[in-house]
Amino acid sequence: MSKIGNVWIFIEQEGGNIADVSLELVSKGRELAERLGVKTEAVLLGDKIEKCAETLYEYGCDTVYLVEDKRLEPFTVLPYAKVIIDMVREHKPNILLFGATPKGRELGPRIASTKLAGLTADCTDLKIDDFDDKVNKKSYKDKLMQIRPAFGGNIIATIVNTWDDPQIVTVREGVMKMNEPVKGRKGKLVKVKAELSAEDTIIKVIERVRKEKSVNLKGAQIIVAGGYGVGSKANFKLIYQLAEALGGTVGASRAAVDAGWINHDHQVGQTGVTVRPKLYIACGISGSIQHRAGMTESKKIIAINNDPDAPILSVAHYGIVGDLNEIIPKMIKAYKAKV
Amino acid sequence: MSYTIIVFVKQVPDTKNVTGQAMKPDGTVNRAALPAIFNPEDLNALELALQLKDRYGARVIVGTMGPPPATAILRDALYRGADEAILLTDRAFAGADTLATSYALSCCVKKLGHFDLILCGRQAIDGDTAQVGPQLAEKCHLPQVSYVEEVVSLDSKKIVAKRAIEGGYEVLECPLPALLTVVDANEPRPPAARRIMKCKKAKTRSELAKAHGYANYTDAEVLVTEEEALKAKGLWIHEWTAADVGADPNRIGLAGSPTKVKMIESVVLAGADFKKVEPSEEGIHKLIHELIEDHTLG
Repeated sequence: MSKIGNVWIFIEQEGGNIADVSLELVSKGRELAERLGVKTEAVLLGDKIEKCAETLYEYGCDTVYLVEDKRLEPFTVLPYAKVIIDMVREHKPNILLFGATPKGRELGPRIASTKLAGLTADCTDLKIDDFDDKVNKKSYKDKLMQIRPAFGGNIIATIVNTWDDPQIVTVREGVMKMNEPVKGRKGKLVKVKAELSAEDTIIKVIERVRKEKSVNLKGAQIIVAGGYGVGSKANFKLIYQLAEALGGTVGASRAAVDAGWINHDHQVGQTGVTVRPKLYIACGISGSIQHRAGMTESKKIIAINNDPDAPILSVAHYGIVGDLNEIIPKMIKAYKAKV
Repeated sequence: MSYTIIVFVKQVPDTKNVTGQAMKPDGTVNRAALPAIFNPEDLNALELALQLKDRYGARVIVGTMGPPPATAILRDALYRGADEAILLTDRAFAGADTLATSYALSCCVKKLGHFDLILCGRQAIDGDTAQVGPQLAEKCHLPQVSYVEEVVSLDSKKIVAKRAIEGGYEVLECPLPALLTVVDANEPRPPAARRIMKCKKAKTRSELAKAHGYANYTDAEVLVTEEEALKAKGLWIHEWTAADVGADPNRIGLAGSPTKVKMIESVVLAGADFKKVEPSEEGIHKLIHELIEDHTLG
């Protein structure tokens, strides 16, 4: 038995479908747990969701703590916080990971505040390392290095939680690599009863309207993204035409979304989706630091821009300086001629 | 009835407009080179509070924790329609992470006593953490409704609010008192000329002392007299220290912050092997050919 606690991952699910970010965190969590010599454990809350456990074992969980209760569906922050705090107090995990999703970002702070634990938001990398606190002359062994951008993405900070465990973080979607599941891999199911009082359920959901995203950018191998330089909603058809010709998916910068030319589901960047396709073609995107944060991991980046000083060119592998209205049709023509 | 609404706001460096000059050679941010602004989503929170004041009648108290220059956003809030302002300022608050910040704000809430609602912006653009709202709710033992877009209705017992969720929205009913975090879903009203004329004279005790040539606030008669006059006109910006709000010194500032910064690095652009492609038919043909050759394109 190890003296330190295990690595826990909060599993986000909607109608029994596990969010991608949770599986990404199971993969990362397992890597951290192996480094520490502890177990990878999932915290799964909701109602009628037991079948999710199989998937979680296959992605690398040793244990699934399953809490099923009608009052946990749909998600509301107070009962979720209560159940997880009770479990944290009983089992004392060393690390607790949340997706930096709307749910994770309202639940994490509530739990950290109750536990007087530190919390780092929106991490883009996690590592285990030692920490020398020179100010307080204290040394810590095997702490979680919580790496995140700050100041609008202009700096990267490494943060360490030195107080009460668990070390809690939220992690940005799409940045951790999801491992391949191992078919037939088994784990241990631990059923937990939700101890909830009337006080925990005082917030009532009167109406809930949700639809799945109209586009899957995260899974796309080729993304053709348009920015403010596209010029108009009508002109966005060029972006669609290039995407269709190359078998790609349409993305956009925040400026294009804010201009109302395309809906938010297509937005790449800090307030949109983080992507890492084989090919990313940025058309008329200047490349704000917030946009670059969401696409620099792409294998190949082509930037088409009429401004030779656009920041996007500094992260591109190929830069084409010129008018996208002329360049895009030439690309379509060239591609069709080749295949 | 009239409601009491507390809005917590923050003065932040304008991180959306960072220039090369704002980064020091050692990779840290030179805050002095960035203009200090009213955190954008805190303006949305203030606007929501002012809308509730217009609809239902409310006293809107705006509070911030920060160094004395943060008084600028309190005055701005008064110009837009807030009724009262509080500056929570003390060197001992410096270096606070979100946990220490939410604790300090909770002490301020306790000192204020009765209230119906606390509103915060969803997040501040310097850290983008979105943590202080939920942590403050927990510290004050309040239910929280995050990502509020609009208030559907308010009565003496409960609030009904529409909030953003992933891929849609929810309408939630929550009993009072409660804490709401507000997203960028309304158009903050500008400062009103009439209110600027009136409220530009609003002062904190330190500003008052300085105006009369004192290094610090004292009970000199001239200060006490003018303080009473400002209070009577509603132009007194409360200035509270850690001791004023009864904060435990071990739970504020650096001492009260469990998270420590181990290292800061500036972001270095990837600078991959860059190829310039001519926008000619030939240049583009070559590019497409290369991408097909290396299997980037199928």
